[in-house]
Amino acid sequence: MDKNENAQKMELSQFIVVNLGVEQYGINIQYVQNIVRMINITRVPKAPYYIKGVVNLRGDIIPVMSIRLKFDMEEDVLSDSTRIIFVKLEGNEIGLIVDEVKEVIQLSDADIDNISREAHEEKDAYVFGVGKIGESLVTLLNIDELIKVSDPLKA
Amino acid sequence: MDVSQYLEIFIDESKEHLQSLNTCLLALENKPSDKDLINEVFRSAHTLKGMAATMGFKRMNQLTHDMENVLSEIRLGNMSIDPILLDTMFKCLDALEQYVDSIVQTGNEGENEYKAIIDALNAALNGEKKPAEETKKTETIVSQSTKTDEIVNERKHQALVFTDFERHAVVQAKKENLKSYGITIYLSEGCVLKSARAFIIFRTLEKLGSIIKSDPAVQDIEDEKFEFDFSVVVVSSEGEEKFLHDLGNIAEVEKVLIDEVDLDTAMTVPVSDDDDDLRDEDDEHQKGRTKDSDSKSANKPVTNRTVRVDIERLDTLMNLVSELIIIKNGLLTVENTNTNFSEQIEYLERITTNLHDAVMKVRMVPIERVFNRFPRLIRDLSRKLNKQMVLHMSGEETELDRTVIDEIGDPLVHLIRNAGDHGLETPDTRVRSGKDATGNVYLKAYQDGNNVVIEVGEDGAGIDVAKVKNKAINSGAISYDQASTMSDQEIIDLLFRPSFSTADKISDVSGRGVGLDVVKTKIEALGGIIEVKTALGKGSTFIIRLPLTLAIIQALMVQLNEEKYAIPLNSIQNIEDVKISDIKYIQGSEVINLRGRVIPIIRLHDKLDLKAQNENKTSITVVIVNKGDKLAGFVVDSLIGQQEIVIKTLGKYLTNLRMIAGATILGDGEVALILDVNSLV
Repeated sequence: MDKNENAQKMELSQFIVVNLGVEQYGINIQYVQNIVRMINITRVPKAPYYIKGVVNLRGDIIPVMSIRLKFDMEEDVLSDSTRIIFVKLEGNEIGLIVDEVKEVIQLSDADIDNISREAHEEKDAYVFGVGKIGESLVTLLNIDELIKVSDPLKA
Repeated sequence: MDVSQYLEIFIDESKEHLQSLNTCLLALENKPSDKDLINEVFRSAHTLKGMAATMGFKRMNQLTHDMENVLSEIRLGNMSIDPILLDTMFKCLDALEQYVDSIVQTGNEGENEYKAIIDALNAALNGEKKPAEETKKTETIVSQSTKTDEIVNERKHQALVFTDFERHAVVQAKKENLKSYGITIYLSEGCVLKSARAFIIFRTLEKLGSIIKSDPAVQDIEDEKFEFDFSVVVVSSEGEEKFLHDLGNIAEVEKVLIDEVDLDTAMTVPVSDDDDDLRDEDDEHQKGRTKDSDSKSANKPVTNRTVRVDIERLDTLMNLVSELIIIKNGLLTVENTNTNFSEQIEYLERITTNLHDAVMKVRMVPIERVFNRFPRLIRDLSRKLNKQMVLHMSGEETELDRTVIDEIGDPLVHLIRNAGDHGLETPDTRVRSGKDATGNVYLKAYQDGNNVVIEVGEDGAGIDVAKVKNKAINSGAISYDQASTMSDQEIIDLLFRPSFSTADKISDVSGRGVGLDVVKTKIEALGGIIEVKTALGKGSTFIIRLPLTLAIIQALMVQLNEEKYAIPLNSIQNIEDVKISDIKYIQGSEVINLRGRVIPIIRLHDKLDLKAQNENKTSITVVIVNKGDKLAGFVVDSLIGQQEIVIKTLGKYLTNLRMIAGATILGDGEVALILDVNSLV
C-alpha cells in the first residue's frame, strides 16, 4: 500500500530503521535515548553471552547488548557505521549494537502487519510486526521483550 | 495543617531529644540532685511534648506531658529523684522510642498507650511509691457552676479551664511571689495578619513573664484558627499596668482585659491536656486501650534518610564549585590567552580532589550517634543480669559514612549484649578468680588508614576453645579429624557459623554464638570484616573493620591481558613476586608457602574467562588478599597502581554476577570492573 493522505490522519509511530546484516529492523523512537558511534566496551566476565559488556555513557555505566548474538546471527563486524542505540524502558537503560542506522520512518497502523503470537522460536518474541515502506519490509522489534531482564546467568 | 513535610525533622529531632534524655537520666542516676541535669531533662521533655503535639501524635504528647509534670515537680524541688522514679522515667523513654519507631515505620504513632507508665508517673506525682489504679481520678473538677459561659462576658480568660499541671504552675508562682494573670486580648476586626500580630503579642508577653496557658492553643493561633480574640495565662513579676501599657502599644490591639488568676474560681479538669482536641480522643482511649499493637508492618519506612550537615561543610562545597566555574572559564579562554594549559589542569585537579574530600565529609557522621545508646544498654544489662559492669568508650568522634552508621547499630548491640551476658562472669566468680567484682566492657573506635575499626571487648572469662571444639564435634559441625588439625583461631571462628548459632545448647555452654553469624553477615554486607581475639581468663575482643565510605574507595588497579580490574585496597594484605618453582600443589590446587603460611593461589585469568599468556615466565605477581583471617593470592599480569575509585553498580541486567562488585570509570573514560574479593576467595 502506498502512503496516501488518509494514512496521515491515522496513528503514526516513528521508527528508527537499522541494518543488521541484510535485514532491516525498526526500533520505536519513543524508547531511544541516544545513538552513539561505537565506543570501547568493557567485557564483563560471566555475563550472559549476548551482553558484550559495559560502557561509560557520560558518567553512567550501561550494559551493551548485541542484537546479533541474541538473534543467533554471526558476531558483530565492527565498522565505521556501527552504532550503539541506547534505549530505556522502565528506568533500565541498555545499549543495542547495530550495523548501521539508516533513517527514521513514520508508519501508520495500516502499514504494520502484526505477527501472530503463536511464535514458536524464542527469537520471534522479540518481533511484534512487520512494517512496509514502499517496496521494502522492516522487522519491528519488540523492545519490551528484547531487553527484558531474563535470567542473567543464562549463558 | 499538613505536617507530613516536617515528619523527617520531627523524627530526627525526637531521636536527638530521646538520646539526650537518656544520657541525662543516666547521669542523674549518679548525681540525683544536679540542678543543671534536671533542667536539661525538663527542657528536652518539654520540647518533645511540643513537637509531638504539633505533629498531632496525641499518645506521645500525653506521655511526654505526664513526664513533664513529674519533671517539673522535681525541678521545683517538690520531689526528689529515687531509683523507682528513674526506672519509670527510663520506661517512658523506651515507650517514646517505640512511638518514634512506629512513626518511622508507618507514619503514625500506633495504638499503644502505656497506661502503666502513665499511672506510675501520676502515682509518683501524688507522692505514692506504688503505681496506683485510679490516680487519674484523684483531681476532681473544682468548677463552680456559676461560672458558665453566659456570665463570662468579655473576660474570657475567666472561663479558662486549668489542667492540674497548670494549676501547679500557678500555685508555684504564688509561692515564689509571682503573680498569675488571665489576659484576654482583642484584635481590631480589620486586622489582616492575625497570626503575625498574635506572634508579636506573645513575644511581648514572654518578655514580661512566662505564658503557661493559651486559648486557643498556640498552634491554632499560629494557624489563624481564632476569631479576633484569644486568652492567655501569664506568670510574671510585673504589675497589671505594665501589661496593659505594653500590650496596648501594639498596633491593631483593640482591647486588653486583665485579671489576677484566682484558683478557687478557676476550673480544673482531671485529665491533663493542653490541647482541647485531646479530650475527645481520650474517651476513645478508655475504651480501645489494651491492644498492644506492636504490629511490625512490612511497610517501607515512610521517611527518607537524611544527613544533617554542618553548614561549614556545605560552604566548603559551595566554594569549591565556584572555583570549578572559575577554572571552567579559564579553560574556555586558554586558547586565546595562551596561558599555560597544564597549569590550569593542575588547578583543576586540586579543586576536584578537594571537592571529592568535601563531598565525602558531607556523608560522614560521627559514630557517637550509635555509641550514645550503649551506656543505657549496659545499665539495663547490669540490672537484668545482676552483674556490675562499667562501659568504657573511646573514639566516639570517629566518623563513618552515613549508610554504615545506620547499619552498624544492631550488630554492635548484639556484641555488647554478648559481652555483658556471656563474656563477663558473675561477680562471685570474678572475685574468686581474683578480679574486681565489677566487670569492664570496652567499646573503642578509631581510624586505621582507610578503615574504621570498632572493638567490643570485655575482661571476662574468655572463650574456652576446648569447649567450643567439643561442642562442634558433638553437634557434627566438624569431624574429629578436622578438629584435630584446626588451630585455636579456626575453632573460635566456628562461632560465626550459622549452624552454631542455631544450636542453643552450644551457645549456652560456649557462651557465644547466638546470632554471631548474623552479625558477621551484616558486617560483610557493609564491606567489613569481623574477628575475635580471646585469652582464657582475660576476656575477649571482637574487632570490626569497616571501610570509611562505601561510595569511594582506594583500590589497586591490576592488568589481566588487555583488561584492567580494581581490587579494593582494604582487602589487600601485600603483594609478592613468587617464583613459579615455589608453587606447590595440595590436593590438586596451587598454593604457596609465604613466611610459614600456606596460601591458596587463585588464577584470575581462569576465573574471569581470560586466556593466560606467558606461561614461561619465571615468576608471577601475586596480590595477597584477605577475607577475614583467610588469605588467598590473586595472580595478575602486572600492577598499574593505587587509585581512588568511585563505585558504580552494573545495573539491573548484570546483578547476579558474583566476582564483580561493581565498576568504576577511569581517568581516560574507560570502565574498569571491581573484583569482589569475598566471593573470589
